[in-house]
This record gives sequence, C-alpha cells and structure tokens, in this order.
Amino acid sequence: MFPAAFDYIAPGALDEVLSLLGQHGDDAKVLAGGQSLIPLLKLRFAAPVIVVDIGRVEGLEGIRRENGHVRIGARTRHRDVESATELRGTLDVLLDAAPLISDPLIRNMGTVGGSVCHADPAGDWGAVMLAVGAEFVVKSAGGERVLPAAGFFEGPFTTGLHADEVMTEIRIPVGSGRSGGTYLKLERKVGDFASVAAAVHVVLGDDGRIATAGIGLCAVGAHSIKATAAEAALAGQEPTDAVIAEAARLAGEAAEPKADIRGSAEYKRDVARVFVQRGLHTAINRAQGAAA
Amino acid sequence: MKVTFEINGTEKSVDVEPRTLVVDLIRTKLGMTGTHIGCDTSNCGACTVLLDGRPVKSCTLLAPMLDGKKVTTVEGLAAGGKLDAIQVGFHAEHGLQCGFCTPGMMLVGKALIEANPHPTEDEIRWGISGNICRCTGYMNIVKAIQHAAAANAAENTAGVA
Repeated sequence: MFPAAFDYIAPGALDEVLSLLGQHGDDAKVLAGGQSLIPLLKLRFAAPVIVVDIGRVEGLEGIRRENGHVRIGARTRHRDVESATELRGTLDVLLDAAPLISDPLIRNMGTVGGSVCHADPAGDWGAVMLAVGAEFVVKSAGGERVLPAAGFFEGPFTTGLHADEVMTEIRIPVGSGRSGGTYLKLERKVGDFASVAAAVHVVLGDDGRIATAGIGLCAVGAHSIKATAAEAALAGQEPTDAVIAEAARLAGEAAEPKADIRGSAEYKRDVARVFVQRGLHTAINRAQGAAA
Repeated sequence: MKVTFEINGTEKSVDVEPRTLVVDLIRTKLGMTGTHIGCDTSNCGACTVLLDGRPVKSCTLLAPMLDGKKVTTVEGLAAGGKLDAIQVGFHAEHGLQCGFCTPGMMLVGKALIEANPHPTEDEIRWGISGNICRCTGYMNIVKAIQHAAAANAAENTAGVA
C-alpha cells in the first residue's frame, strides 16, 4: 500500500506552517509523528493535496512546569511522556496512560498533540485531557486561541480545530493540593485500540474531601467523553465507598458504547463503570499518600 | 524531491516522490532487503529500523521524514565482519524459527539494551510488544536479548578490569 500523490513541505518556522495552512485550508494536512495520518494516507481514507510536516519546527517539543501549569509541546512524543517521571504525584494519569498507547515503536514516533487533534474516539489522550482539565493552545496566521478540552471533541475525528490552525501546546493546570490519578485500559492484545478505557484525576482539599474530580472515558462513544455528572457527584464529598460507587454508576451512564467485535454495549458500559470505580479508589489512595 | 540521510554510516542522497514509504525506499531504491514488509499496516514490526537510535516502523514513515537523520537497518548491525552482540545472542539462543521477524526483533533488542543495559524479562517482553513473531517463538527471542545484555555487561566489566 502507498498513499496517493501529494505535495510535501517541511517548514523550519511556525509562521511558514501557518501561512501554508491559511493558503491551503482543507486541502492541507498537518503531519507530526504520522502514526495515525500515514496509515490513513496508505488506506487512502485521507488524500490531502499538500502535507505540511511540522517535524522541523523548533520549540514544539518538551514538558515543563510553569505558572501553575504543566506545559506539553504538541509534538512531544508519547515515549517522552512515558519517561517524564517528574510528573509522578502530580499527573499520575499521564504516566499511567502513556505506556498503554499502541506499542513501543509507535510511541517513539507518535505525538501527544497529533493524537489529540486526530481525535479517534478510541484515542487514549482525549480521555486523559478531559480528566485533567487540559487546555489546547492553537495558532493560525490570524492569532492564537486557547480551547478547553471539554467541548473540543465534537465527533469521530472531528474537533474544534479549524483547518488553518495547528496545535502548539497542551496546558494542564496543577494546583498545590494533593492529587492522584490513574488510567485503566482494556485491550484485546498489546497494541490494540482500547475496548474501553477510563482516565481519572482527583484533587483533595485540605479537609480531606474531594475538591475536584475529572473523569474521561475512551472508546465508549462517538468521541472522548467527559463524565460530568459523575464529576459533580464527587465534588465537595468525603471519598467514601458509597460516594465512589455512585459516581462510577453515573460515569457508566455517561458512556454511549456501540456493540462491536470488542464487546456488547452492555459489557462496555459496565467495564466503564468498574474502571471508574477502581480508578477513583486508586486516585484517592494516591492523593492521600501524596505530600500537600 | 531530494532526501539526504545517513544509513548504516553511509550518507545517501535519493530522489523520491514524497509519498514513498521508508520501507520501500530501503528495499527497492537502496536494494537492502533485510528490512521486511510483514503486515504493511503498522502492526507487526517486521519493517523495524532505528531512526536516530530509536526503533520505528518503516512502513509508517514517509521518505522525506528521513532528511538529515540517521537510519540503521539489520545490515548495519555487524561491523568490520564482526557480529553485533544482539546477533550473537540470537544465534546462540536460536532466537528465530522462520526468521522473518528477526531483523526487527534484533534492532528492537539492540535499542532496548542500549537504553536499559540490565532489562528484566518483563521489560524485554514489553520492549518487543510492537514486534510479532508469527511462529510464536518468543521464549528464545527473550533469551537471545538476555544473552546479548549479559555479553555486553561482561564486556564492560572486562574493560574496567
């Protein structure tokens, strides 16, 4: 298999990327790590006129902490999140999710921003970004927008990103409170897409109650789902077994799975419930063990 | 378009269509057939090459992405007629059955023990989880990588002494 012919350009500067996207709009496709785009090109599900490779643009990679945020360059590879052990205790959910994405070779090329913008309903990062309340910095020739993860995922492979925009950074707020999180994923075999996965991130208040909880669900709907009713049921509550069980039930109700080769809709919904329940216990235990 | 990169220590400049896949470039244009095409769908890892030292799937890379980079294929493992430790390991432990996945397995194994000189069995199994042995000969593949890691460790100790 090989792709249909396209023009290819790899600008060295972001301005040039933005100008090309402004000029070509929907005829252009941004290439980052290529681990989703190249298979689509080979299958000819995608046939852009021009591929704009952002692999040569400086300043799009790396993870740093600044002004109360963890800032992840959009072209940061999955592998580099996997090895960012400094995030342990702050953003456990990222460290737990990264090694479960596809396989080690794909993680060496694939990028966080690329995966988020590709917006596969079974993509792992979407659920994680919803759980941690991320914001996405996107740029076009006309300027910059900052889009919250909540609302960004509109449908299968469809987001709030415009055709002339490129994502440059992911910002995740990290407060001073004790936090914990985790990612649970059911897959038929290593490297497969999730049958179901759940991302959980909890921040505890000084009084030991849950200050905020973020829950993202993967592969149980047309796009990554934020389980808002479950999150609301946890906010301000004591982290008791009953509160957690009720939140997990609400998260299961938020899932909109379809039956396929990976399981029935009923099965997937219940896995979502169980994963959120287990995930909340793990997240809360980790937060309780974390230094304030 | 013109793409210039280093492969197994030699600089190459080739004229390719942008849509050319790296695995096809290596096999057809450069005539190096040690890099295999297995699934052609990013699943099996038979086409594994090292890109700037990291194992990647060359069926899921466009040729222009190589510009300015360093590629290692299985042909680049042996140096000066001497087998690399990973090749010796696969030989000694019979880490292959049909041999189709072997180039990819060796490159992944080499990168793994360079990043982590003393991997546990579990780490090796996770490390090769993007490479499929259709013969299911994983037991000896794991042993082969352990063999190479032990040989490297012994050599390093000998160097110190």
